[in-house]
Amino acid sequence: MAIRQLDIDAIALERASRRTWAAAVLRFARQKPLGTAGAVIVILMALAAIFAHAISPYHPLATDYKAQFEPPNLSHWLGTDSFGRDIFSRIIYGSRTALLVGFTASLIGATLGLFIGVASAYFGGRIDLLTQRIVDIFISIPLIILALAVVAILGTGIFKVILAIIVPMIPRAARVCRSSALAIRELPYVDAARACGFGHRRIIFRHMLPNVVAPYLIILTAFLGQAILLEASLSFLGLGVQEPTAAWGLMLQGGAEEFAESAPWMAIFPGLAISAAVFAFNLLGDSLRDALDPKLRV
Amino acid sequence: MLPTLLGVAVLVFVGMRLLPGDIVEVRLAAEGSWISQETIDKERARLGLDKPLWQQFVNWMWGLARLDLGESMWTGRAVSYEIGIRFQLSLQIAIMATLVGIILAIPLGTIAALRQDSWIDYGVRVFSIAGLATPSFWLGILMILMFLIVFHWAPPMVYTPIWRDPWANLSQLIWPALATGYRYSAVTTRMTRSSVLEVLREDYIRTARAKGVWETLILTRHALKNAMLPVITIIGLEFAFLMGGLVVTEQVFNLNGLGKLFVDAVRNYDYTMVQGLVLLVAFVFVTTNLVVDLLYAWLDPRIRYQ
Repeated sequence: MAIRQLDIDAIALERASRRTWAAAVLRFARQKPLGTAGAVIVILMALAAIFAHAISPYHPLATDYKAQFEPPNLSHWLGTDSFGRDIFSRIIYGSRTALLVGFTASLIGATLGLFIGVASAYFGGRIDLLTQRIVDIFISIPLIILALAVVAILGTGIFKVILAIIVPMIPRAARVCRSSALAIRELPYVDAARACGFGHRRIIFRHMLPNVVAPYLIILTAFLGQAILLEASLSFLGLGVQEPTAAWGLMLQGGAEEFAESAPWMAIFPGLAISAAVFAFNLLGDSLRDALDPKLRV
Repeated sequence: MLPTLLGVAVLVFVGMRLLPGDIVEVRLAAEGSWISQETIDKERARLGLDKPLWQQFVNWMWGLARLDLGESMWTGRAVSYEIGIRFQLSLQIAIMATLVGIILAIPLGTIAALRQDSWIDYGVRVFSIAGLATPSFWLGILMILMFLIVFHWAPPMVYTPIWRDPWANLSQLIWPALATGYRYSAVTTRMTRSSVLEVLREDYIRTARAKGVWETLILTRHALKNAMLPVITIIGLEFAFLMGGLVVTEQVFNLNGLGKLFVDAVRNYDYTMVQGLVLLVAFVFVTTNLVVDLLYAWLDPRIRYQ
């Protein structure tokens, strides 16, 4: 009987939490219209990336030398480039590249930063001092300069670009997560956990990490937009994703400037895609920050 | 300050030599023909890569101590010379971009804060978030597009120093400055807005209003003066990061500045050049930070007394 009662309680609890989840989403949508707009664009982009093969009318790499430099028309919605490739299809497939690079780079970068930051705050003392000096060194180099330096070491290509974006993100995430973790370290429950004789790993992972989730999520969404922008910049410089992969920055590099006067659509639409994506992630990140922690500025 | 720079020096040096394989082989292999071991060895000796790592490092650090950044592995000229001939151009764009940023940001941010949640506020916020999202290289391309299609005009391609012909100089450099400055202003506008908003809620503003101080005076004497502190920090920080923006905009406008030098160095595996430039950027960052700190103490007496 008692067991049945417990089961029912558990089910009720689960339902309630599901309902509050939906309610939280609804409340977010009502209070943060801008953030919701960002979320909608992000979801659309994700759908475009997942179903790229079904949506795009042409293969992104299919060249058609009879249809070079075609202005936007019914068969090529956004026109074609110097190889006769369909720009709309390439933008749709480009969202795969952007999201792949953006998500992997910022997820890994922010998570490694989270571990380093929390560990640094938890251990304190000399370890903290040393970590923070190293973080200082990395932070004194602008994002794109450090990423380019990594490219100079590793070379180009999609996975090397991801790595090049991760490197400058780690110290920035570590800095933010450390400052939140420092405040938590002083709270009684961490003392209590230590008094119970728990190991460092358990305290860090079970007691501290869950409480640094808010700044972590904020910095993660902030990184997403930056990572996409950074990938586009690197590809634009010819030092990121390489041809013939469909990537937005690359589309702007590949002759977009050369043919600017005769075929402006080549330069306009990929840039719009980059801006819309970064805009959406920034809106989402901003609203998330307001909702989770209004005091924190990244 | 010095430890950070020293750290950056060690970091780039070790980083550049972390991976196996060396630039001589990469570079000669790119030429496609068969190369004898003798040529490779000679080239290595020429670039000083035949010495053990620690000796290369000591040589480089000793050079740094005498403000000598070494020789470019690509052009063979001194890194400081290559930087020197391009420094003026990049510095001018950086300064103009900063001015564009400040001129746009402070009025816009203040108005947005004063009219919080009005359509002006929303307009300013969208403008600034868009500034963060628009890649400056795309903005540059759009500018060039507009000139070509609408005005049938293109910015001059050859660089003229400002004292020789200010008009020719500005008509070339104002566009990259605008393209970079927009992003700069976006960051600063957001900071100005939130900072003014915060200050307007302070008690002393209410006191000033209560004693009937003229609203304009409250804004200029009481609010703006106090709100500017964090804004100055952001301006300083962003100035140090302008170099990052220049990397792409110089490419678009085909300007031979430090940004282009850096991209070329990365393309050509020019280790000494990459090291020198990264160190320079870090130096600019550290000095601007110091200047901002000093400025802070000068502007805010509370900090001085502590």
